[in-house]
Amino acid sequence: MNYGPLVFLAAFFALASSWCGFVLTPQLQIGRLQQTITVGGAAMTYPQARPGLARQGLEVYRANGCAYCHSQQVGQTGTVLDIALTDAGTNQAATVAALLKLAEGSPDHVPALTMLRPLQPGGSNAASATILEGLPKAFLRSSTREAANAAIKTLNATGAKAQLWIVPVGPDLARGWGQRRSVAEDFLFDSPVMPGSQRVGPDLADLGARRPDANWHLRHLYAPRLEDKGSIMPPYRFLFEKRKIVRQPSPEALALPGDLAPGDGYEIVPRPAAKALVAYLTSLRADAPLFDAPMTLPASAGTPASTNAPVVPGTTSATAAPANAPAK
Amino acid sequence: MSESSSPSPPSPANPGGVARPPVAPPEIDASCRLPLVVLFLGAAMWLVLGSAFALVASIKFHVPEFLADSAWLTYGRVRPAGFNCMLYGFCLPAGLGVALWLLARLGRTRLVLPGLITAGAVCWNLGVAAGVGGILAGASTGFENLEMPSYAARLVFLGCLMIVVLAVLTFHQRRERQLFVSQWFLFAALFWFPWIYSTADLLLLTFQVRGMAQAVIAWWYSDNLLVVWLGLVGLATVFYFVPKLTGRDLHSRYLALLAFWMLILFGSWGGIPESAPVPAWMPILSAVARGLGVISIVAVALNVHGTLGGQGSKLMAHPSLRFIGFGLVAFIVAGLMSAVSAFSEVNQVTQFTWFTPAKGLLNAYGFFAMVMFGAVYYIVPQLLGLEFPSTKLVRAHFWIAAAGVLLFVVPLMAGGIVQGLKLQHPDIPFSDIARGTLPFLRASTTGDLLLALGHLMFLGNLAGLVIRFYRARAVSAWVAATTEIKTTEAQP
Repeated sequence: MNYGPLVFLAAFFALASSWCGFVLTPQLQIGRLQQTITVGGAAMTYPQARPGLARQGLEVYRANGCAYCHSQQVGQTGTVLDIALTDAGTNQAATVAALLKLAEGSPDHVPALTMLRPLQPGGSNAASATILEGLPKAFLRSSTREAANAAIKTLNATGAKAQLWIVPVGPDLARGWGQRRSVAEDFLFDSPVMPGSQRVGPDLADLGARRPDANWHLRHLYAPRLEDKGSIMPPYRFLFEKRKIVRQPSPEALALPGDLAPGDGYEIVPRPAAKALVAYLTSLRADAPLFDAPMTLPASAGTPASTNAPVVPGTTSATAAPANAPAK
Repeated sequence: MSESSSPSPPSPANPGGVARPPVAPPEIDASCRLPLVVLFLGAAMWLVLGSAFALVASIKFHVPEFLADSAWLTYGRVRPAGFNCMLYGFCLPAGLGVALWLLARLGRTRLVLPGLITAGAVCWNLGVAAGVGGILAGASTGFENLEMPSYAARLVFLGCLMIVVLAVLTFHQRRERQLFVSQWFLFAALFWFPWIYSTADLLLLTFQVRGMAQAVIAWWYSDNLLVVWLGLVGLATVFYFVPKLTGRDLHSRYLALLAFWMLILFGSWGGIPESAPVPAWMPILSAVARGLGVISIVAVALNVHGTLGGQGSKLMAHPSLRFIGFGLVAFIVAGLMSAVSAFSEVNQVTQFTWFTPAKGLLNAYGFFAMVMFGAVYYIVPQLLGLEFPSTKLVRAHFWIAAAGVLLFVVPLMAGGIVQGLKLQHPDIPFSDIARGTLPFLRASTTGDLLLALGHLMFLGNLAGLVIRFYRARAVSAWVAATTEIKTTEAQP
């Protein structure tokens, strides 16, 4: 390589190939992503654009560099297939016997956590009734889709109604940081996209689902150790205003204990930036079952309206098996 | 080494033309003086400012309430401001300055239009000032390593274009047609940065792409800047100075060629983290590229080893070589860390932890900045025709910087691994994990302190020499001016 143009060509070739790979192709593949339809049960378009205040909150999140300590990428290590009963039917003894047989007789299934303890061989009817309380819940964990389908058939034959639940698993999910892994769709309407790179603080991808209370967030921003004793987050007092109480206290004023209280005649109220930031934080949800990240929602999943997740009525999502979702 | 090789062979570029005689080194240095002094002094100042910001960010892990009432100095602004000072304020200008000097010296030609290069450097520094101010004011773009808002980015880009175009012209006008290894690296770096910076600027700040494609482009950009650009310029410097200062020939041109190709081919693909919520082929491709990046590390290590003839102690002989030797070791360690974390099992632990910033800082700081210190300590005395008053200060800077890097990187790395292992166990509450990293972070503050001290010494060394030079010039100019008046008075 003794010629300038040759060096130029080499570098041009290398950079152009990586440019095509990681600039052009991603733009063609995910830059043109459109809203998709959620799978299983109610088909909704996902994601929905965040409400206006939450979009302003994204700007507060960006300006103050929240992403340097908080990631928004939940990972999952895999998916398991759980067999759940939604209805025990009338012949409960037969159902329990079938469950037992499936759990012990075949290498294709292991008992799910909910089933492990109370289920003893030869249990009485009363015992089986207590096991079958609190439906729907998962009883078996299957290794393959075929085994799961066979088990569902066996259980349905006893008069119970069994269905397949797709449950994503992984340390992040076990920590309660989300219900499925993050996917590109979750960020479709955000700009800038800030997936973060570090977990100095917890992951926020699904924060709105686990902490829907706006007042908790306001108090936590003002004095993090008030809400979470072990927190290492710096306080964001500049998002709040200390002002004199005129006539009567503001309904927005933070309820602060003794030493943090602003003193008689004063109150701490959130500035617009704080309210916007909290609107954004509570709008962070990544819990819609999608074709490339399938899962079955637990029955209790109710969704506040101010999120980017579609409103999925809990009952319909739980009773409908995601037949069109690929098992992973 | 081409510089010490026999007279230049007949140029293939201008056949039949009269081979222009090479320019003497003092003349080359004189043409480089002003732009390089501006670039290096500016870089040293940004470095001091950056380490002040880094210290503020670090103290927040001791006292979260520290400066908490100030929006401008909140952690999420101070930390990127500090890193931008270091990257765009120090690394790139210092790298460009060293590149200009190497291109002029290796091409045995004067710098083209040094005045315009100086203007470019000023423009660049104004852009960085606007950018860092913007970040502190809350105008950060939100993309890691590309935080400077678009108005600042345009100034920086303009300054960069002026410098780069003139550097390419300098390369084009070289009198020594035989290319030395360093010139490949530098020439590639010269247009690498404008390309990636303009791509990132256009697609992320001007005509924003949608959704996750933004993050992918931002990752691509920062990997190309931190791994490839810093690698290219840093290695060019290493390949120039190690043979020159040890007085030995470069071991193998082919190993250098291998390192060059592997760096530009695989380095530019390594940006997408495994956790990224994007189609799976991207993180997989990146992991493969990061793993293969080890080839260039090995090629560089073998080449330097061969050049030194296996006597690593030779690197301690010259003060500049110490910095460069340290940088080389950091380059190898950082490269190995990156290659190891290409394995999914390792990455599962190290992702999202302090291990990642430790790796990045070891590369940007332990490798690149240290190599630049060594180069600047060699180049500036040549430019000014002055020696440092004592090499003690330079040696002190070396030891303080080396200790600083170690005290900074090792705790973060260890803390990151502990943090990552704990994150695998959902039973350990997250706040325990977060607090568990504090002792490590607090230990790294001592590294921050030492680095800040080292930067002050660097600035002091550099500014002292520059002031001495220009004072001597001013004095002689004054003397010349006044004596002239006297003689004219005396004449009648």
